Amino acid sequence: MAKPAKVMLNVPAIKADFPILQRTIRDKRLVYLDSAATSQKPKQVIDATSDFYSRYNANVHRAIYELGEESTREYEGAREKIAAFIQAKSPTEIAFTKSTTESLNLVAYGYGLKGKIQKGDEIVGTVMEHHSNHVPWHFVKDHKGAVLKYVDVKDDGTLRMEQYDDLLTDRTKIVTVSLCSNVLGTINPVKEIAKRAHEVGAICVVDAAQAAPHMPIDVQDLDADFLAFSGHKMLGPTGIGVLYGKQELFEATEPLLGGGEMIREVHLGSAKWNDVPYKFEGGTPNIAGAIGLGVAVDYLTKIGMEAVRGHEMEITEYALEKLARLKGVQTYGPKDVKKRAGVVSFTIDGAHPHDIASILDVEGICVRSGHHCAQPLMERFNLPATARASFYIYNDMDDADALVAGIKKVQEVFA
Amino acid sequence: MADLRELYQDTILDHNKRPRNFREIADASATAVGHNPLCGDRVTVYLRLDDGTIEDISFVGQGCAISKASASLMTDAVKGKSKADAHRLFERFHKMVTARPGDPVDASLGKLAVLSGVCEFPVRVKCASLAWHTLEAALERKQETVSLE
Ligand SMILES: Cc1ncc(COP(=O)(O)O)c(C=O)c1O
Repeated sequence: MAKPAKVMLNVPAIKADFPILQRTIRDKRLVYLDSAATSQKPKQVIDATSDFYSRYNANVHRAIYELGEESTREYEGAREKIAAFIQAKSPTEIAFTKSTTESLNLVAYGYGLKGKIQKGDEIVGTVMEHHSNHVPWHFVKDHKGAVLKYVDVKDDGTLRMEQYDDLLTDRTKIVTVSLCSNVLGTINPVKEIAKRAHEVGAICVVDAAQAAPHMPIDVQDLDADFLAFSGHKMLGPTGIGVLYGKQELFEATEPLLGGGEMIREVHLGSAKWNDVPYKFEGGTPNIAGAIGLGVAVDYLTKIGMEAVRGHEMEITEYALEKLARLKGVQTYGPKDVKKRAGVVSFTIDGAHPHDIASILDVEGICVRSGHHCAQPLMERFNLPATARASFYIYNDMDDADALVAGIKKVQEVFA
Repeated sequence: MADLRELYQDTILDHNKRPRNFREIADASATAVGHNPLCGDRVTVYLRLDDGTIEDISFVGQGCAISKASASLMTDAVKGKSKADAHRLFERFHKMVTARPGDPVDASLGKLAVLSGVCEFPVRVKCASLAWHTLEAALERKQETVSLE
């Protein structure tokens, strides 16, 4: 092993918590390297959701009886855990959504389209964003006449920060950026980006879908105005997401969904909205999902996000070193693991990423192939597709070795 | 158990490396573009038709080994055939790649049978049939891009 073992997590013990990792794929050990798409779930999370349904299922905030009190307590308890997880000032700054996608749409709609943005106002994004941090802003352009600008990505996978300065004007109202790229793994200097946005009077929206599962997040330190992430990428259930917003910005944001839960009083033809964050949670929410996410946060917090990050840096460094030694294999994104997360996109000469993924699949290795919902970035690098391996707490050097062996097999097939 | 070599037979690897009829046809009587957004594969099929017969056929594009080999094998298979025969061949081909693993392979498919292993990998069926769908569009002279969602 290239690095001292002391910074590594106890992977066998962690693996034992994940029922799915005990199964085989085509008679081979399952090597799951697609956590950037969705993570696997520990039994603690699975049990928490089934426990809700088997012991205290009731709607939240409305039931007078004991069951409803229990479900409301657990649901709100999850909100408190998530607030603490990212250092929000108060749980009222945390709204439950179904995903990062919904969270970003909520900001684009409620703060942009329905709110502050006027014709000619400028929104600055980046070329490396996931489609879910592109398309909602297209809506604001199309409906309000906002002007969209994009910070380019350098060949090394980092943002062209000097260009960012030039893009900022007194018409810039929103800057939106991912904390971590789902293709390049790049960790962007969001604190600096937010600071400069604030200097011109803009707010900073952060897509933390690839960051929240993998590194400590402190919204106070980042000074992020809005921050979005998904439960399913961080050991939690699918169908639950989070939008953090600074209290005063939450107040200034219009809801996306009208209906039950989000109102204070309704008359024929008009309604008064509930307080934040409830005004964003129209309809019966994903109660089991929120509770499961709370338990996922407990699980991660117990390990410690610094330790999670350290563990992934070790594997990523190890994997990048091994891949660099393979002729005909290219990796993308920063080479320095301090500047990147455990998302490793790669290509192999003479083998299409789709074939790479199929051949690895036969070996029991799950990797993604395609454009990773980041077509503008793929165009920037002139790549029709890449293969992508991503690491998490239940991966170890053996998994990285399996990947390398699998890649050699691909090269044999296409020799 | 799905075997790697069943999917990536030598013939497939050969057609991937040296695709047949991989060129444009300047005086094509019909062309169509096929796109598989899942993997970014893109293929353009060119036809020269004479009285309902495929006199010449070619393709260009980029894609995975399965889609490229399938396109290459297809061009060889349908050259000289009538529109109706090409259509029937596609039906039989489609049946083969969506069959249950272990089902007997239709002997009349000839060389195309090397793609029978695809049925073990349902996500790859679109790769194997992209060129065929594009051919159908060209035969029907549909102008829009065929997109396999
Ligand atoms: C950077 C980034 N942003 C946003 C998303 C969208 O997340 P979801 O599909 O959970 O809404 C993803 C998921 O792939 C992502 O990687």
